Amino acid sequence: MTATVRGAPRLQRSWDSRAACNFICGGAGTGLLLAAAAALPSGWPYAPAGVLAFALIGFGLWMVWLEIGRPLRALNVFFHPQTSWMTREALLALPLLIIVGAAILLDQRIVPLPFKTHGTVIDLAWAGAVLGLAFLYCQARILTASKGVPAWREPSLQSVIVITGITEGLGLLLLLGLAVATPPSWVFAAGLVALAARAGAWEYYRRRVAAGAPATATAALNRISSPVHLLGHVLAAVLLIVALITPTPVLPAAGAGLALVAVGAWLKFTVVTRAAFTQGFAIPFLPVRGRAGS
Amino acid sequence: MTRHVMVADLRRCIGCQTCTAACKQANATPPGVQWRRVLDLEVGEYPNVRRVFVPTGCQHCADPPCEKVCPTTATRRRPDGIVEIRYDLCIGCSACMLACPYDARYKTERREYGFGEKPTEDEAMRADDSLLGVATKCNFCADTVDAGVARGLTPGEDPEATPACVNSCISGALVFGDIDDPKSGVSKLLDENKHFRMHEDLGTDPGFYYVWDQDLP
Repeated sequence: MTATVRGAPRLQRSWDSRAACNFICGGAGTGLLLAAAAALPSGWPYAPAGVLAFALIGFGLWMVWLEIGRPLRALNVFFHPQTSWMTREALLALPLLIIVGAAILLDQRIVPLPFKTHGTVIDLAWAGAVLGLAFLYCQARILTASKGVPAWREPSLQSVIVITGITEGLGLLLLLGLAVATPPSWVFAAGLVALAARAGAWEYYRRRVAAGAPATATAALNRISSPVHLLGHVLAAVLLIVALITPTPVLPAAGAGLALVAVGAWLKFTVVTRAAFTQGFAIPFLPVRGRAGS
Repeated sequence: MTRHVMVADLRRCIGCQTCTAACKQANATPPGVQWRRVLDLEVGEYPNVRRVFVPTGCQHCADPPCEKVCPTTATRRRPDGIVEIRYDLCIGCSACMLACPYDARYKTERREYGFGEKPTEDEAMRADDSLLGVATKCNFCADTVDAGVARGLTPGEDPEATPACVNSCISGALVFGDIDDPKSGVSKLLDENKHFRMHEDLGTDPGFYYVWDQDLP
């Protein structure tokens, strides 16, 4: 007898808000490294953005360390680079933090050196940005390697995570404009492009999940979709356009930055903790009872 | 080559949960942890309702997603097809729990007892702190299988080389053995009956088969 019988999926509790924190802070931090490196030629100082990115990435990793069951064995995480994206993320984290730390020290001239350091800072900043992007990609692959969670194994989640990280990085740079200096105007334009890309990636991902994941996962994503678009995309776009045309762009740009960052964090928190329903059980055939031999 | 697999004959399973109890007794798992469990699924709508009992647990996949994501190499597939966890390497990151499409893994953070705050004599004697804070799951009673094989016994035929759940099954619904041996019980059962594996579309090549009907000519 043919019939698909399903056992209900359940919301995973293995990774909670601490794990979500790693995806939120790591993504935003690595995105900020890229934005900060790109802003250097415009005369923007590296240190404020570098320190914030360093702190965010480190905080995210620390939260993961708090979540694992055997924190004193944490170094075992390096044992499986052949296939584990978690190992690869950990392997990248070390040089990433060292390089960003060195760039901050040189940018601030904390260590006096007998040569000009600006060029070295630019080189280190770009090295940090590239490693940061690789780190961000690893985070995306960690999620999509989770075959037991249909909303995570959907391949288009990779682009959502990477684009969201870059968008948050631009958002943080816009927010830093309040404290450091007016961000260069290309950041406003880049923010518009990034939020359009995020809106598209999110919509595509949401539709793909609706086609293949449990209804409960789809419902969790649908619940936040309208506010995500309104706050994170429409409102942020309006504020960025205002920043582009106004002579005093710092406040609208910071508002847009806040919307980009907050919505990115909300989106990732929802994906990790609210839409993460397991595969559940399914049998495609019912047992035939009552025949001789059965 | 040898590949140990399990077959659950859904026509025979009556949902008595004896296998679940035998597994808990053999492996001293804490409350809430069922390496071998039997799903009780309801099919149809009133008044035409049926219950289907589906034994499940680790499917000992040939391409296990849990092994790929494990950052420590704690999870590994043995040459005989058994997927095991080396508890001394595991850091309890739970990545494997989320990679498993069969909900087969557990993690317990602290000692828990079946009858209140204090352990029974048996629980106190068998408590194993090396299983706290790490992922755990069915290992097809690998110690029993290994010990039996070392004595020249045949897993699936000799009870002393066979997982506890299979030994305890009162209806003969659970069968264990080497699928690469055409003479084994599992090979014969699969040859003669229609069967499927759960979530085959995910490409994990599970080593847990479900028999549901005779293979009529």
